[in-house]
Amino acid sequence: MMEWVRFGIGSLCILCGLAIAVIAAFGLFKFRFALNRMHAAAITDTLGILMVLLGLIILRGFCFDSLKLGLIILFFWFASPVSSHLLAGLEVEISDRLKDNCEIEENERKGGQS
Amino acid sequence: MSRIRKNYENSFAHRFLVFVKGDKPLPEEDHVEEWRNRVAEVKETERTENANYIELAETDPYEDAKRFAQMSGVKVFRKIYYVLAVLMCLMIIGMLIMNVMYMPRFGSAETPTNNEVAERYLEKGSEETGVVNTVTGMILQYRAFDTFGETNVLFVAACSVMILLFRKTEPEKAPRKGKRKRKDAAAGNAPEGPSVSTADGQTEAPSCVWPPAMDTEEMEPAPDVILQNVARVVVPLIFLFGLYILLNGHLSPGGGFSGGAVIGAGLILYNAAFGFRATRRFFDEKVYDIIKVGSLCLYALIIAYYLFTGANGIASVVPLGRLGTILSSGLILPINLLVGLEVACTMYAFYALFRRGTF
Repeated sequence: MMEWVRFGIGSLCILCGLAIAVIAAFGLFKFRFALNRMHAAAITDTLGILMVLLGLIILRGFCFDSLKLGLIILFFWFASPVSSHLLAGLEVEISDRLKDNCEIEENERKGGQS
Repeated sequence: MSRIRKNYENSFAHRFLVFVKGDKPLPEEDHVEEWRNRVAEVKETERTENANYIELAETDPYEDAKRFAQMSGVKVFRKIYYVLAVLMCLMIIGMLIMNVMYMPRFGSAETPTNNEVAERYLEKGSEETGVVNTVTGMILQYRAFDTFGETNVLFVAACSVMILLFRKTEPEKAPRKGKRKRKDAAAGNAPEGPSVSTADGQTEAPSCVWPPAMDTEEMEPAPDVILQNVARVVVPLIFLFGLYILLNGHLSPGGGFSGGAVIGAGLILYNAAFGFRATRRFFDEKVYDIIKVGSLCLYALIIAYYLFTGANGIASVVPLGRLGTILSSGLILPINLLVGLEVACTMYAFYALFRRGTF
């Protein structure tokens, strides 16, 4: 019984992660502006990966392999937001049509980094 | 001393050097101005021609019809293009599927790859080389010469990129040179006369060097606080993981190439977060030269020893050790380390040279 419950929860997590990845891929092609697209892509890297690997951890049980998977989740949650942040900064710096797509407060743009 | 430098511009040696290098000084201002004028002229003529064309097309019914024919022709061509693209894809898919049908079944014993070579590797590999990971034993023991060639390829690639892109800036040496010259001037030229000669001596840098030496420190982007804070946590872990892969190459999947790639990526991340000045504290050109040349030479020595003892790994003096421990499998562990250092240096050198031109 316990095994079945674990299998159900784990597979539900993996399916949820896959659904998030599919939605993110859809958004990646649907949006027209770079920052929106980046938002969609970053969701795959954080929430989608978290759900899939969490499901794998639950399926596997607690052992050395699941510790490694947890470290992978940690690394992705460190690395992916930072890379999106840098890319977004670059986009804000060089984009011509930033004003057409989002509101800018002049003070923030000058004072804030990137 | 100063007299020699003064005449150096007109000397035979300098002119010969310029002739050999074949470089010319930068274009004068006049040339740039002329070029700009010409571009502006061309643009102007294009604009007037376009205007004429549009006027014609708007007024002349014949031109209008011609343009319509052209546009619809483009549309028809597009439709044909789509149909042809789909047909081509289907054809390629069919050809690939036919090829797959001719292949032997997966895992069957009659495939040409299941011959005595793979059998020998699997049966006697860990016994002869002392590795658990048979792939490492294969590429570093049975096919050691091949891997040595690959490492040489990496070395030559880094060297050629350096020849193309390396730019000597050396911000530390410039003031020292100036001081020495000033000393020279104070010692020798003060009684003789004007200090103009020393000024000439200082600006003596050969004019035939391209690209010109310049300090690009100011062109670097401002350091990002978020990236720095994350890099402070992540970079040591990346280095640790790379070393783990390097040292475990004969026990688990991994080895020199992948571990070196991980370490090189860590170096690149450190550089991106903290800048070239911070990286130069522990990894400058000198360290790069020493590590790169030293590891390749050591590797060549090991390979020479290996070939000299018969290239079968049996007559080696280095003991194989107990199966499954870190200090085992004879020469494979040091070779893994050396290959990893080589790969890490190559990766970081590519990054640094393509980004800035120096280390």
